[in-house]
Amino acid sequence: MNSIIFTAGARILVALLFVFSLFMLLRGHHLPGGGFIGGLLGAVAFIVYSLACGPAEAKSALRVSPEGIAIVGLGIALVAGLVSFLFGDPFFTGQWYWVGGDSYETSLFSLNTVLVFDIGVYLVVLGSILSLAYAFEEET
Amino acid sequence: MAEPSDPNAPWVTPAGMITVALTATLFLFFLQYLPVVPRDGAVQWVWDWIPSLQVRLSFWLDGLSLMFALLITGIGTLVMLYAARYLAGHPQYNRFALYLFSFMLSMLGLVLADNLIALFVFWELTTFTSYLLIGFSHTDPKSRRNALQALLLTAAGGLALLAGFILIGVTQGTFELSQLNAAGSMAEQPYYLGILILVLLGAFTKSAQVPFHFWLPNAMAAPTPVSAYLHSATMVKGGVYLLARMHPSLSGSDVWIYTLTIFGGVTAVFASFMALRQTDLKQTLAYTTLMALGTLVMFLAGSSGYAITAAMTFLLVHSLYKAGLFLVIGIVDHETGTRDANLLGGLARAMPITALAAGLSGLAMAGLPPFLGFIAKELSYAGALTMAISWFVVIMGMAAFALMFAVALIVAWKPFFGPQGDLPRKPHEGPWAMVLGPAMLSVIGLLAGLLPGVTAYYLVEPAVAAVMGAPDVGGRLKLWAGFNLPLVLSLLTFALGFVLYLVHARLRAMLAAMEARAIDMDAGWDVLLDRFMAVAKGQTRVIQTGVLRHYMFVTFAVFALTVLGTLVLRPAAAPALNFAGTGFVEWGIAALIVAGTMVVVLTSSRIAALVGLGVVGIGVALIFIAYSAPDVAITQILVELLVVVLLAVALLKMPHLDRTGKQSHRPFDAGLAVLVGGVTTWVLLRVTNTPFDRRLTDFFEASSWTEAFGRNIVNVILVDFRTLDTFGEIAVVIVAALGAFALLKGGAKRPPEDAPEPAPETAREER
Repeated sequence: MNSIIFTAGARILVALLFVFSLFMLLRGHHLPGGGFIGGLLGAVAFIVYSLACGPAEAKSALRVSPEGIAIVGLGIALVAGLVSFLFGDPFFTGQWYWVGGDSYETSLFSLNTVLVFDIGVYLVVLGSILSLAYAFEEET
Repeated sequence: MAEPSDPNAPWVTPAGMITVALTATLFLFFLQYLPVVPRDGAVQWVWDWIPSLQVRLSFWLDGLSLMFALLITGIGTLVMLYAARYLAGHPQYNRFALYLFSFMLSMLGLVLADNLIALFVFWELTTFTSYLLIGFSHTDPKSRRNALQALLLTAAGGLALLAGFILIGVTQGTFELSQLNAAGSMAEQPYYLGILILVLLGAFTKSAQVPFHFWLPNAMAAPTPVSAYLHSATMVKGGVYLLARMHPSLSGSDVWIYTLTIFGGVTAVFASFMALRQTDLKQTLAYTTLMALGTLVMFLAGSSGYAITAAMTFLLVHSLYKAGLFLVIGIVDHETGTRDANLLGGLARAMPITALAAGLSGLAMAGLPPFLGFIAKELSYAGALTMAISWFVVIMGMAAFALMFAVALIVAWKPFFGPQGDLPRKPHEGPWAMVLGPAMLSVIGLLAGLLPGVTAYYLVEPAVAAVMGAPDVGGRLKLWAGFNLPLVLSLLTFALGFVLYLVHARLRAMLAAMEARAIDMDAGWDVLLDRFMAVAKGQTRVIQTGVLRHYMFVTFAVFALTVLGTLVLRPAAAPALNFAGTGFVEWGIAALIVAGTMVVVLTSSRIAALVGLGVVGIGVALIFIAYSAPDVAITQILVELLVVVLLAVALLKMPHLDRTGKQSHRPFDAGLAVLVGGVTTWVLLRVTNTPFDRRLTDFFEASSWTEAFGRNIVNVILVDFRTLDTFGEIAVVIVAALGAFALLKGGAKRPPEDAPEPAPETAREER
């Protein structure tokens, strides 16, 4: 698409969209959002970029292959599930660690496998859709 | 013909030696139970595998299992050592060692499993590893075809077996063999006949009984160590093992007795004649293996102590001498370059140790005293006389044993001590790693015959007790049992066998002539397979038109008609339309969706149609927003957006929709669309008319915060309560993306139709 306005605007838009996708991923546990929505938004960001600057440049901006991102994401999600075995719980039981306290109310923040799993979902969705989108664009 | 082996190549490789060492360790492990089992009875190990389905990984080591386990690991060690030398320098030797070792473990699992489902899994694993080993020379089309034949035939039998096992589990309430056998015969129970037929189908295909026999001689396409190990000593005995293992619960009925006697007897005699007919010594041995399997099945028909003792003794002696002879033939083939009975002769001077091993094994096979083979034969006649149709068993047994005697002379005497033959290569003694196996096996066979009391106490009697379900009187294994009818029959067998050996050349010509006129089961198999493929192709042509519209039409039609059927057959109160509370927003969204749909249906531009679909999708998302489901709405909007953008990229390159061509299908499409829409509407009205079940909603509302520390219920369900589902879904997302990726990428790189086939690896075959 040969539009200077679109190309110039896309650079800003893409950065905003990508940050927004991370924001949606992180807020997902309490407010609308989560790994699926975040991943879709991230994919939209990179697709907009590839429409503006071509798939080759978008790919190099991503630095790693989208298929790789998806597979790593699946691995992260799996590890998040396996962690529960360490604590003797059934597969995929959410594990929570409260930093600076012993419950949600008293702690500063928490480390938990649920968010790790959601990050895995985010990467899977992002990688899968991008690999599809790039294949589409290069094909046609 | 011979598999290539480079005499200078190093044969002590990690893959080979590790598998040999592991198998030898397993042998020693089982050896320590040799004094335990006869004294203390069976040993059991149990792990719960799938408790909800009663599937347990339970292992049961009694006399029968122990005998098999020792044969599998003992012969396995020798064969693996032999194979390391035999295939030295073969580029795929490591693969071979892995296959052989996997087979050894599967077979061990098969004979140790106490749970029927576990047994079935190991059963199929032996089928599968056997397939890989038969097809090891994968550049040879014949080898591939024979491997597939063995796989299809034995796996089909395996499916019948699974059905039989499930029937047993359902009717008897347990899958544990030890419990089934303790409960005694199920011959009087209602589903007995079905169970028996299914189990026999599995056992007969695995142990190559007529009419499923033809895969076994073809399986000789495998390298010789494989033939010695799988297709004579262990795997083909899987069916015999199963019949012996289930003897307490399945035997005793007339069907059992007559089926096993007749199928076993016919197999034994047919195979003995076929063995005499072959000139390739490996094929000869293959048919004598069939003969042994038939004999074993025949004796398992009986329930008397003599019949079972005969079967178990014969099983032991056969595994020892047959594996030994196969290995000897491998050495002969390796050293002289031929396996043709007509060419070989006078090898004893060049290969003295191999000749000795062959001689000892041959004498055991011929059933001469003082070998265990003699005792097995005596017991067989004694057992035959106790069985239901004893005249049939005696005649079949005598014919088979006499032919075996003749074949033993052909295989073990003539190549070594017969007149000097015309050989392609000057023979040498084989390397020690190859000679060790047959030498040890033949010596063990001799010792087992010289010390019948020891053999009986440690191996045969515990096995017999396991098959009978109760300890049997001992002391049946004797070299001299007195002057009795079995001895007379034995002497008669020797005389008959010797005569057959003298006339075997003429007999072979006659048999060849008969074979030419007989029905060729092997060719019949090819015809069957061709017909099957033709039917598959025919129905694929009809069902898979390749036109996307047809698939869509059928899919939607099936959906509409089946749902409509349910709605009509299960009538409920007519749902009333209720527009109360439907305001401007709702009507507006509905109008938007209808407008989008009209654009899709009426436009002649693909892009416009795509945008119309996008409008419909956004309309649906608006409904979600109107009913306070922001997560679903956001996802819906994003997916719609992506679909529209991606398709637009593709559609830009495509021509305008052609509305001038064939339009006759459009009325049907319109009718179907109206039907699907109507049915869906009706379903939704009926659903919303029923009271809403809030139990799940209440649960999630109550526990989302207290148990998962999240306030967004949708997301908490996705990443905490139902994580495994989500994990499955994202795996599907990846698979779908990679599939589409491969389609898009692979389509462009497809080679032209007339591109030459990639050259096969032929280097090794030409040596």
